[in-house]
Amino acid sequence: MYYLAKTSLNSGDIFTGFTFTWAWENYSDAFTLYRAHFIRSLEYAGLATIFAFLISYPLAYWIAFRGGRWKNLLLLLIIAPFFVTYLIRTLAWKTILSDDGIVVSTLQNLHLISSDGRLLATTTAVIAGITYNYLPFMALPIYVSLEQIDQRLIEAAEDLYANRAKAFFKVTFPLSLPGVFAGTLLTFIPAAGDFINAQLLGTPKQQMIGNVIQSKFKVSADYPQAAALSFVLMAAILVLIVIYARSVGTERVTTGTA
Amino acid sequence: MTTAVETVAAPRHRPGVLSRAWALVRRHTLTFFAVLAFAYLLVPIVVVVVFSFNDPIGRFNFAWQGFTLDNWLHPFDYPGLSGAVRLSIEIALLSSAFATVIGTLMAMALVRQRFIGQGATNLLIFLPMATPEIVMGSSLLTLFLNQGPFGIFGFRLGFVTILIAHIMFNISFVVVTVRARLAGKDQHLEEAAADLYASPLTAFFKVTLPLIWPGILAGFFLAFALSVDDFVITYLVAGADQTFPLFVWGAARVAVPPQINVIGSAIFFIAVAVMLANVLWQWRRQPKGAV
Repeated sequence: MYYLAKTSLNSGDIFTGFTFTWAWENYSDAFTLYRAHFIRSLEYAGLATIFAFLISYPLAYWIAFRGGRWKNLLLLLIIAPFFVTYLIRTLAWKTILSDDGIVVSTLQNLHLISSDGRLLATTTAVIAGITYNYLPFMALPIYVSLEQIDQRLIEAAEDLYANRAKAFFKVTFPLSLPGVFAGTLLTFIPAAGDFINAQLLGTPKQQMIGNVIQSKFKVSADYPQAAALSFVLMAAILVLIVIYARSVGTERVTTGTA
Repeated sequence: MTTAVETVAAPRHRPGVLSRAWALVRRHTLTFFAVLAFAYLLVPIVVVVVFSFNDPIGRFNFAWQGFTLDNWLHPFDYPGLSGAVRLSIEIALLSSAFATVIGTLMAMALVRQRFIGQGATNLLIFLPMATPEIVMGSSLLTLFLNQGPFGIFGFRLGFVTILIAHIMFNISFVVVTVRARLAGKDQHLEEAAADLYASPLTAFFKVTLPLIWPGILAGFFLAFALSVDDFVITYLVAGADQTFPLFVWGAARVAVPPQINVIGSAIFFIAVAVMLANVLWQWRRQPKGAV
């Protein structure tokens, strides 16, 4: 309870910052100076969320319906990346994508990228890194909701002359929406604040708002500005979540989070 | 006329074959896709393990140079590394122990008791999980810097602040894990113990605790893993002290010694061993206990 009380106090502390004057210019600066970083963060996080969804939905579907007795082992494989320290995983991508690595040379041979093209230090690398790091957060909730679906409902749909695609879009997919909802939130929220991928796999051109916040704290010691930025980030994420929840439907939100 | 017979017979037969073939193709597309997705998930791990055997020439461990066992034989042969690993383990052990005790008690209060502000508490439990780490870390840092309402202790950024931060984010995860276990349990068991003249304390240790023990253990391991892995929050509140992830971050700017991969792989293998032991244990229990 003590720490909980503390958590609630933390958000209060952000306002007063360092000088104890109501320095609202921190907030106006947050919007004017760092707007590009905010937009980039939300854009990268959004794209990574979409990619994570596209990759993990079929994966979760495959495990839930085709996994059989290996389900638990396959789930273990999904969370396996968590057992390697976050930073080391991301450094591994740096190795994989490095200029003389296999991936780059293969793509060059296939002329998919130019012969002096690179993958490291590009937007693609940053988004791929974020997608990779948050993929399990997307796959697991989707798996859970797919797993809970009563197979008889899908059979019933097929009995009622729905073809497989129709049965999927009318029955399976709507029933898995709570998982999709939880997964997108679990992916988007941390992805928007991420700065490790942008730092290790990108260049200053790919810097996200997280990079700005951490350097304000650690390098230039501009605490009030950093606090204002993190508060704006939090608010922006909240607003987006509310919009998202509205568009998906309140009913699903409650089942998705409860 | 034979052709006519065939054309009549075929429509009955063909859809079966075709749809079966189609199903086969579909199943394999999905399987193929799943294999690719697994590759995406697992390749970096393989790279980490393989490059822990690399014998790099320069300071960076990004290109394969040659096989060596040296890194595994001398895992701490790099300045500052052993201290960082030790600090990580200390913090993880302490913070998950504290978080497990506090979290278990909180979960019990939330499930078994009714009190004012319960709804708010339930909501607050989710707050650390629903906040981006960087926001969480910066709130804690501003709290510590301002000395906040608890400034009398005069925290210096370092061991204590890291520990407090870790306990804080770990509590939520412990509460959720233990609560899930507790919610499925019948309160009548405790009441039965009380009827049999067990004091509340005895009832707790003899009945409740054994029932929720798997949940507590799971919470502890989860907390431990999260604590060892945490970078963002630790980075912000650490001051001059270095945990293992912070060491990696610092090292990544100037050099990437293969020892980092060795420690990373070791953590991975230990975690997988623990998980596999758990899976096997459940598998062995299942035939007896299941249905």
